[in-house]
Amino acid sequence: MTSLLRLTNVRKSFGTHHVLQGIDLDVSKGEMVCLIGASGSGKSTLLRTINLLEPIDDGEIILDGVDISEPGLNPQPVRQKIGLVFQSFNLFPHMSAADNVMLAPSRVKGLRKTELEAPVSALFERFGLADRIGHFPDQLSGGQQQRVAIIRALAMQPEILLFDEITSALDPELVAEVLDVLRALRGEGMTMILATHEMGFARELADKVCFLDRGRILEAGPPAELFDAPKKERTRQFLSQVL
Amino acid sequence: MSEVIEAVASPGRRAVYEARLRKRSMRIAALSTMAVVVAIVVLVPLAPGWEAVKRSFFNGGVFTKTFPGLLNAFLLDIAIFAWSLPLIAIVGLLVAVCRDIQRPAFYPLRLFATIYTDVFRGLPVILVIYLVGFGVPGLGMPRPWNSPYIWGSLALILVYAAYVAEVIRSGIESIHKSQRSAALSLGLSPSDTMRYVILPQALRNVVPANMNLVVALQKDVALLSFVGPVEIFRQAGVYKSLFANFTPYVGAALIFLVITIPATRYADFLTHKRRRLEQ
Ligand SMILES: Nc1ncnc2c1ncn2[C@@H]1O[C@H](COP(=O)(O)OP(=O)(O)O)[C@@H](O)[C@H]1O
Ligand SMILES: [Mg+2]
Repeated sequence: MTSLLRLTNVRKSFGTHHVLQGIDLDVSKGEMVCLIGASGSGKSTLLRTINLLEPIDDGEIILDGVDISEPGLNPQPVRQKIGLVFQSFNLFPHMSAADNVMLAPSRVKGLRKTELEAPVSALFERFGLADRIGHFPDQLSGGQQQRVAIIRALAMQPEILLFDEITSALDPELVAEVLDVLRALRGEGMTMILATHEMGFARELADKVCFLDRGRILEAGPPAELFDAPKKERTRQFLSQVL
Repeated sequence: MSEVIEAVASPGRRAVYEARLRKRSMRIAALSTMAVVVAIVVLVPLAPGWEAVKRSFFNGGVFTKTFPGLLNAFLLDIAIFAWSLPLIAIVGLLVAVCRDIQRPAFYPLRLFATIYTDVFRGLPVILVIYLVGFGVPGLGMPRPWNSPYIWGSLALILVYAAYVAEVIRSGIESIHKSQRSAALSLGLSPSDTMRYVILPQALRNVVPANMNLVVALQKDVALLSFVGPVEIFRQAGVYKSLFANFTPYVGAALIFLVITIPATRYADFLTHKRRRLEQ
């Protein structure tokens, strides 16, 4: 398999706080990688560095053979290829769901609204939101907002999607509808990295699970191995707390 | 089910108590208002100087003679207000956005914008009007560039744009960082992020604050009278000398209030609406 994204020795600190202490990660095309780990272990920071929202201090991030962590590189073209979905949805509250989705394609790719209408309604249709396309974020449930946020990232046709605990802010009964979307994307061969606390979901669908501990990937492997036969004591401890 | 029917049929203990309380406070409010009104109507005319005050401030004859002229002069206030307002909005917005640009190449712009807002918010409006309104025409520029209308208005624009800039900047800062992250993560440029995501929300949040500035501007237009334009305040002064009577000032005050009270009420209404929306 070809590597789509490769992180080598990625380091990031905020002041004296070393949040990422040498991350190595390899993601192949079509793979789904889950990041698990305690709160504060650096999952969000890792995803934000991949999306170039946080510049890294050292190391390399290679996407499609290109070093995207090159200091001074214009991040905009890179971000178009990497979608990021947030725990708190972060929809633009002053725009309808449709406008949330169409803003980036129209401004960044220069597509006209008329060209976008058909593909965008198709996306809403596909994720069961056809009747919500004109609604504003505050008229949508958390689960619906999060699905719109996923559609918004998908509309840029990214090569890889990053998800940062996207079900953690949802009421329990709304989690399933969002996980179903991920399941569908998985079925289509979308490359994804998920920071998640949904261990059952990770076990069901991940190709690889990485256990993050204080800014390091302490252990990584197929879910069956990592969940059922963790090699490290800390992994075992963490799993015993969350399972 | 039966509980619901009961609640509809007879008011609960709490509702009865609150109704009694409401009735009582209404009675108190009515009585005290009446007492104050009676005191004013009865006591003020008893003051030894009342007849003189009535003659020179509330003179019906002078009022009817001067009021149309005052209204006419007020059109100039409205005109100055009308051409200053859009310029204030534009300059204020530009300055606010300049203060937010992080790129090092734009540092001088940011510095200038910061100094500008600090200076003009730190000066009394009347001082700026004097300095700009007398100072610039004093450079001996040809007509129409020596007009006090232009330079007086510019003084107002400079001062109010500084206030508006500060209000807008506080609005920009009130938008959560995650909105910027979300926009940038989609590949939007920093300027598109500002224009399409941050500013629309920020501006909406500061509508009430800006409405209050609009009300203040309506009143401060009268300050231009000190550098020349015969607007309502100056016209009232002319009438005062002409009739040796202060009633024209009362007339001018009434005209201002007719405009500013509804505007203030509207600003309050917007503030409350925003607060309700934010809950
Ligand atoms: N912008 C920032 N400034 C300073 N510290 C930060 C910042 N972002 C994250 N951190 C710190 O980095 C650590 C890892 O945070 P995060 O990546 O959010 O972890 P996780 O997503 O696994 O909970 C935390 O201790 C957090 O306080
Ligand atoms: Mg996190």
